Amino acid sequence: MRKKLSTYIWEYKWSYLFAIASLVISVSLDMLAPMLTMHIIDDVIIGGNTALLPRLLAGIFMVGVGRCIFQYTKEYTFDKTGSAIASDMRKKLFDHIQGLSAGFFDKTNTGELMARVKDDIDRVWNTISYVGMLTIEVAFHTCVVLFCMYRLYAPLAVIPTAAMVLSATVAICMERKLGAIYEEISDENSRLNTVAEENIAGVRTVKAFAREKFEIRKFLSHNERYYELNMKQSKVIVRYYPYLQIITKLILMFVLLIGGKLVIGGKITLGTLGAFLEYSNNIVWPMEMLGWLSNDLSAGLASNKKINKIYEVQPVIKEPEDPVVLDKVRGEIEFRNVSFHKEDMHEILHDISFKAAAGSTVGIMGATGAGKTSVVQLLQRLYDATGGTICLDGVDITRLSLSQLRSSISVVMQDVFLFSDTINENVKLGKKSAVSEAIVRKASKDAQASSFIERMADEYETVIGERGVGLSGGQKQRISIARALAKHTPILIMDDSTSALDMETEHEIQKMLNTLSDTTKLIIAHRISAVRHADEIIVLDNGSIAEHGTHEELMEKKGLYYMTYVSQYGQV
Amino acid sequence: MSVNSYKQDETLNEKSKLQTLGRLFAYMLKHKSALIAVLFIMAYCVAVNLINPLIIEAAIDRHISIGDLGGLYRLVGIAICLNAVMIVLVKLRMYIMSKVCNKVLVEIRQQLYTHIQTLDFKFFDSRPTGKILARIIGDINSLKDVLSNSVTTLIPDFITVCSVVAIMFVKNARLAAAALISIPLMTVGVWFIQLRSHKRWQIYRKKGSNLNAFVHEDLSGIRIIQSFNAESETHDTFYKLVDEHRGAFMEAVKYADAFGSIVDFCWGLGNISLWYAGIIIMGVDKVSIGTLVAFGSYISMFWQPIMNLSNFYNQLITNISGAERIFEILDTKPEITDDEGVAEMPEISGTIDFENVSFYYEEGVKVLENVSFHINQGETIALVGPTGAGKTTIVNLLSRFYDVQGGTIKIDGHDIKSVSIESLRRQMGIMTQDNFLFTGTIKENIAYGKLDATDEEIIAAAKAVHAHEFISQLPDGYDTRLEERGGGLSVGQKQLLAFARTMVSMPKILILDEATSSIDTKTELLVQDGIEALLKGRTSFVIAHRLSTIQKADRIFVIDNGGIVEEGNAAELMAKKGAYYKLYTAQLKDVV
Repeated sequence: MRKKLSTYIWEYKWSYLFAIASLVISVSLDMLAPMLTMHIIDDVIIGGNTALLPRLLAGIFMVGVGRCIFQYTKEYTFDKTGSAIASDMRKKLFDHIQGLSAGFFDKTNTGELMARVKDDIDRVWNTISYVGMLTIEVAFHTCVVLFCMYRLYAPLAVIPTAAMVLSATVAICMERKLGAIYEEISDENSRLNTVAEENIAGVRTVKAFAREKFEIRKFLSHNERYYELNMKQSKVIVRYYPYLQIITKLILMFVLLIGGKLVIGGKITLGTLGAFLEYSNNIVWPMEMLGWLSNDLSAGLASNKKINKIYEVQPVIKEPEDPVVLDKVRGEIEFRNVSFHKEDMHEILHDISFKAAAGSTVGIMGATGAGKTSVVQLLQRLYDATGGTICLDGVDITRLSLSQLRSSISVVMQDVFLFSDTINENVKLGKKSAVSEAIVRKASKDAQASSFIERMADEYETVIGERGVGLSGGQKQRISIARALAKHTPILIMDDSTSALDMETEHEIQKMLNTLSDTTKLIIAHRISAVRHADEIIVLDNGSIAEHGTHEELMEKKGLYYMTYVSQYGQV
Repeated sequence: MSVNSYKQDETLNEKSKLQTLGRLFAYMLKHKSALIAVLFIMAYCVAVNLINPLIIEAAIDRHISIGDLGGLYRLVGIAICLNAVMIVLVKLRMYIMSKVCNKVLVEIRQQLYTHIQTLDFKFFDSRPTGKILARIIGDINSLKDVLSNSVTTLIPDFITVCSVVAIMFVKNARLAAAALISIPLMTVGVWFIQLRSHKRWQIYRKKGSNLNAFVHEDLSGIRIIQSFNAESETHDTFYKLVDEHRGAFMEAVKYADAFGSIVDFCWGLGNISLWYAGIIIMGVDKVSIGTLVAFGSYISMFWQPIMNLSNFYNQLITNISGAERIFEILDTKPEITDDEGVAEMPEISGTIDFENVSFYYEEGVKVLENVSFHINQGETIALVGPTGAGKTTIVNLLSRFYDVQGGTIKIDGHDIKSVSIESLRRQMGIMTQDNFLFTGTIKENIAYGKLDATDEEIIAAAKAVHAHEFISQLPDGYDTRLEERGGGLSVGQKQLLAFARTMVSMPKILILDEATSSIDTKTELLVQDGIEALLKGRTSFVIAHRLSTIQKADRIFVIDNGGIVEEGNAAELMAKKGAYYKLYTAQLKDVV
């Protein structure tokens, strides 16, 4: 799954090579200019050979044109390659995150993951394109300038060489210091993201409690922390960067001083000194750039580290090595002595055993927190049971192909989640290619949703907001029921999914469910009416099965089920 | 429901770039003294930079060419001193600038966030969370470089360019004109590129925002995606969005990357015409070698900042789209807001009047029409009716989440529009259908209802709603840390916590919008008993479908077709054999 940054770069070696070739040509051309200047001074002006001038000027012109072309190909290729790699990394990271198990998402904030996928990848992108390009350019440029200087007059070239070494040392020191700070900044960035994300996603709660001021204060504290970290970063730069700047200025002066002495002593010509001075001017920008580059480089590397941390998390629930693929899923479910506890060892389910024949209906009832939802989460392998086995059609689900298992089960979840997309696309989710318009309509009708959908101006093409904003709770629930029905899977799970529906609508949905004879139905509910006709009703209490049987049997028993009945409908 | 989803690009109101920039720099201007100090330092640095070539010229012409070693030493000595002073000043300048910039960023971010808090639901309903987030974090961060570079690069570069031009003209006007002959060409080139690339950078930002919105949604709905085995579909969508994002980038750089090329080309032209003019037109003997070399330096000094400026300009037009997006939000006026000089709502006793209230979310689709009712202090009112009939709307209007389009709503005789929203909502306990929990401990979450609640109050509220039992069973009890959205708790438990949060504020008016829908009947009855004592004398609204929840209400309103079709207590409505009776029997139909 995970590819190292270097692997990516290797994959694009030809593009990089081309980009670097353009860079080399354009820098080399740039180097030619001082040569031409030297000839103009020494041969044309001092030597009086004006006939050479047109050729030299044509040379300068060609350099300009050449640089114009290669500068462009260089920049464009770096941008193209960098963005290709970044897009690729972003895609891979997304796939990786999406493949992680529910347990990971219980512990990790959306805001943080968003920061990784967006901001951190952006920073790496910057590093492998713009910053990378400049680094190579600076390095190459400096080497060439030094080479030219040594060729011109080696003893004088010692001055800029020494300055280069000095600058590089300063830049490396700075990079080291900044790396650690950038990691902190990246962390704080994701925290800031999280605070803002919760505030916006929970805006209804914030407003209901008129807690705007409190939220503003909360944000302010993180905002200030962010400020402090950024100032910390600035202070490092302030500490080192001015040295880089001053070194470049001093090169010029020392070259002038020593070079002047050499000219006076007759060791070099005035033209050579002029060229030397121009070369020295030429390394001003790469050296000043160093500070800036090491800054951006550390930011990119820190982000890359953060991204790698996410890659270190492996999905707990994976496709088995040699998965069993059933020809046809009939939908027979069996729980054998299933137990489940979370990481903190808090036991959620204890020794659960029950069997649901293909096409039958099982009702699950129980108090809040009794473990009802966990039962269906285990069946879908969102979590793995910590004890016992769960079988589908007689095969242990941990041996089954994960995608077959999940695509055989449709769930209507308790907290409805809809995407900001059309109703049509929402209903099709999971099988977009297989579900036709007609099925969408049929499923919506069965879920009692067609009447309100068809009253909307765009009907099934209506775009609903994030989490179904703009729809009432009952409407959202009905769309999510339609979404499950449209898949027509062997197993249907309704997790307390009619709680926001009025009784008549619920009754209609009950009737429709009873007609699905080839679907195994697990129905979690609080209302007796929802489970009344189930082939078996399981009553959970504190993670264990307290009683089970048909409605009639349980009424006879006069236990928990009976008590629930009485509180809902009065004495029989 | 015109909703901006991740599939749609946002629309931006076109504002001129100068206006946006001006606004941005208004923030900087608040730090005047710091900026003035920076300007002085920069003036010194620019001066030294400009003097450097003059020193070189003097050194060559006056000392080196005549073999005056002593003069050379003196001159270079002075130059080194001048440059050494610079280092201290540069340090100071960088420190001041980064402080100012970071402060400005913090201020803008805080202002944006504060402003977003005042916006109403319409704003939030119309755009995905991810897009708002992109503006608070990403767009603001992108301003950082604009702010600091603009002052530390733009201004000195600008001064340098102007001074270089001035010096060149003073020294030799004809040579100067020759050297700068390519400026018009460059201007045209730059103008052309900016014309092309600005729009494309805007598109690039919008695509980034779409990407953000999608990632946010995908991660929020990850359980649905995994359980529907829809990974391959979201994978496709994400890939498409990433490719669009990159495509937009490539479109923009296609033009933007030509900046350096144009500057380079013009630089070359300037060099050619300088030498040509110097040697052929004016004649070598008229111009000293030193002057020509110095001019060569000046040309570099002229074009290097232009190169910087063009780089910066590129960045500026990229990031100015970020600023535009920030200011657009700051310019969004909330529709529901306190009128000027509104009074505080006095302590609520709890009489409520709806007088001919009409409301619609979308023009032409009436949700409520001419609804009137009176509620006495301390009454418990149940709202029942088919889904989508407008039950939630009634309580949303009472809490002023939306404003009525017709009629008035009064609490204790005060029109709710005449009092401040905060004083109104603070006294109401509103439990919405989505009970959002924050990352933090259980205690902190309950205390959200009353920030200064004592531990006793928190526990009392939890006990009243029967959440105390399960909280005590958790390893860390009330200090258990909840992950995002209360992950790890069942929906029913989350509902109980949200309920406790509402109860701890001891609201004068309590609104329970399907507050117990995910709670089992037994617990629900216990909760009802538990809160009864707390609610004595307080007005409350209960929206529910389960009959056991509403039977105890003083009055039941049956809502349908935009109004109240029936009202009365349970017994009266049963006797009537009308709409309520029908709903009631529907629930019993299968059971008995």
